[in-house]
Amino acid sequence: MEEFLRILTLSVGEILAPTTAAYAMAAIGLNLHFGYTGLLNMGQAGFMLLGAYGFGITLTLGGPIWLALLIAIAAGVVFALILGMPTLQLRGDYLAIVTISAAEIVRWFGRSTLWQEWTGGASGLQGRYYKDPFHALSPLPEGRWALGPLEYINTGSDSWFTRIFAWGLVALVLLFVWLITRSPWGRVLKGIREDEDAVRALGKNVYSYKLQALVIGGAIGALGGVIYAIPLAISPDAMGRTMTFFVWTVLLLGGAATVFGPVLGAVVFFTAYMFMRTGMRAVSENTGVGEFISSTNVEQIGGMLVGITLMCLVIFRPQGILGNKKELAFNVR
Amino acid sequence: MTADRPAIASRARRFLAVLALALLPALLAAPPAAASADTTCQPDDDTACVAVLVLTADNDRVGDVAVTITGADFDAELTTVVDGLPSVEVPSVGTYTVALDPATLPADQQLPEGAAAEVDVVAQTGATARAAFRVGAGAEAPESPSATAESEATADAGAGADTGAGTEADSEGVGAAPEGDASQRDFSWAQVWQQMGSGLRFGLLLALASIGLNLVFGTTGLSNFAHGEQFALGAALGFITINQMGMPIWLGAIATIAVCAMTGWAQDAGIWQPLRKRNVPVMQLMIVSIGLSITLQYVIQLLIGGGSERILSQNPRPIEIAGITLSAASWLSMVVALVCVLGIAWFLTRTRIGRATRAVSDNPALASATGIDPDKIIRIVWVMATGFAALAGLMWGISFGSFNWQLGVQLLLLMFAAVTLGGLGTALGAFVGSLLIGQVVELSNLVIPSDLRYASALVILILVLLFRPQGILGRRERIG
Repeated sequence: MEEFLRILTLSVGEILAPTTAAYAMAAIGLNLHFGYTGLLNMGQAGFMLLGAYGFGITLTLGGPIWLALLIAIAAGVVFALILGMPTLQLRGDYLAIVTISAAEIVRWFGRSTLWQEWTGGASGLQGRYYKDPFHALSPLPEGRWALGPLEYINTGSDSWFTRIFAWGLVALVLLFVWLITRSPWGRVLKGIREDEDAVRALGKNVYSYKLQALVIGGAIGALGGVIYAIPLAISPDAMGRTMTFFVWTVLLLGGAATVFGPVLGAVVFFTAYMFMRTGMRAVSENTGVGEFISSTNVEQIGGMLVGITLMCLVIFRPQGILGNKKELAFNVR
Repeated sequence: MTADRPAIASRARRFLAVLALALLPALLAAPPAAASADTTCQPDDDTACVAVLVLTADNDRVGDVAVTITGADFDAELTTVVDGLPSVEVPSVGTYTVALDPATLPADQQLPEGAAAEVDVVAQTGATARAAFRVGAGAEAPESPSATAESEATADAGAGADTGAGTEADSEGVGAAPEGDASQRDFSWAQVWQQMGSGLRFGLLLALASIGLNLVFGTTGLSNFAHGEQFALGAALGFITINQMGMPIWLGAIATIAVCAMTGWAQDAGIWQPLRKRNVPVMQLMIVSIGLSITLQYVIQLLIGGGSERILSQNPRPIEIAGITLSAASWLSMVVALVCVLGIAWFLTRTRIGRATRAVSDNPALASATGIDPDKIIRIVWVMATGFAALAGLMWGISFGSFNWQLGVQLLLLMFAAVTLGGLGTALGAFVGSLLIGQVVELSNLVIPSDLRYASALVILILVLLFRPQGILGRRERIG
């Protein structure tokens, strides 16, 4: 029973965890790409990695935090422009292949020895190089604080301040996305998703709208990378294809083309993921099952279940928890 | 000079080691005498060695430390020396535990707090597995990989000019990282020729794998993101059947291909055909294949674990043909790949089913109007695609030495690059594109750092999509 409570606490802790906020943020950006505009961006982790590098390197060099955030956003914007300008005219699966390759190129450059003095090469940037200026911003007093069973220090890596900052940023961006998607601009995006040619016939520049969506969603993805990096470290190999695929699972789980879908998806995904892994580990350690499933295999089984979840979601409920099947962008060319 | 070989070719890249030996005058400058005094066990085809070194925080070796090496039916004691690398011959391949006696450490060079006094190493024939301990104030505990045969970076600074190969622990574990970068090395045409040979090997194996990807795309319109995992599954099952179950290579290969072809059949019967019947859009299918690829990736990790594995534990035998030195297994793999590719070409152009396949690729509706059953053809294509991907993966694992569970995802993008370059949906295009990508990957380190060589292929992929999206041999109408 005590064990069960521990597992439950860990799982509930994931609701507020900074990583959950980071994935929610990345999924909000992806939602703008895929949910509203119908772009198959398979390189969201590349945007996140660039955002994290922009933030981390600026702070490491001694820049102020607002500049670091601006540079992170700028990194996402520039990447989206470089990526989008030539490729947005390509068909859906080509765009997917180009974006996943571009994200991989970013990762390869990040882990290369070429710019090691800035990026830290394959081992990445340690958090201690850039965390201090961030923690200095905290208005919270020293010490710890508990909310029910969840207790964290006030200021630090895995702290209340990180959580407040992360979720505050998510809330702001969510408000922004809600406002722009219900504006005339947002309706044009949805029109592009439904029927590109019809929108073109109305005299709208489809290409320009797609590029704007890619840029804004990419900048949001870069902010997601910042949130991801703040409590951890910037390691290029942790921000690769698997991360992109997890962001997709989060988005499709919550519901594409809905405002709260990405946040709900992230919360449900990480709570269930943590519950499943800690639960399986506890079962494996405390019962006879351990002879068949060792606790190291739990991670792998967890990963397999994520893959199966993604497949089942796309096949049986592509609109996710909150979505509307009519608003789904899979039918685009 | 042989004493240097295990150190350089630790990642089973003997062909490059031989190249390095032939081409790097700097290596020749490494005194052989010192090297032979360095070690007391010479690894060869039938001998596996375990060596021990204890390093201070400043990478100086510590002498007179007692170490015991224990394994199945084996027990040995060693004492480290300051100017050498003592090693013992172990009777069989497998895991050995190397334990250090902390009492024999110098008083000012104790094990750091929390560092393990014993590590496990995996001994392979033809290699020296090193166990490294780090001692002294401020020393960080060596990460566990430093105790495996793969990473011998710590100790080899004195052994030769080549510091790139060991330290560049390629976490992706795909293929061979060439020694060093262009900047550290003298340019020579013989070396370019050798690298073109490696590129041909890369290209032929890539072609065998990517033809299947292209056939599936041609007949169903699906960009199958799980194809890379099918490739890695071939290597993983090859490792299990040949290395772990001890089957002869031919039998292991047949078993591997049979199992993988079955997965292709089962996939089409269980997933893809029902979804086609429901008229699920292709983009949705693509995301289903991504889910499948995540699943298979973790299945492979479950099967072979998280580390690098070798299918054949013997030392590869280098053979020189036309000035190119590759292992015998590599040459054989290249021949098999070429024969298979030609066989597929013959099948597609000369047999009834092959012609029907091309007809379905061209226009499924028209094909079914002429009495071809597209579902039957697509089923055959899936079985072929997964079977040949498995064969390619198996031969990759054998000829490139070691591989790990990430092999599939890494190769998938190169396969996409190859088929896009050649022309999506055309079998010949995949072949031409693969050969070109193979050359690009293996020659790119002449101009850019070798850790960016895969990035170079992906840059080409993007450039092709921008300027000639139909590829070299593709037709214009296939692009959107």
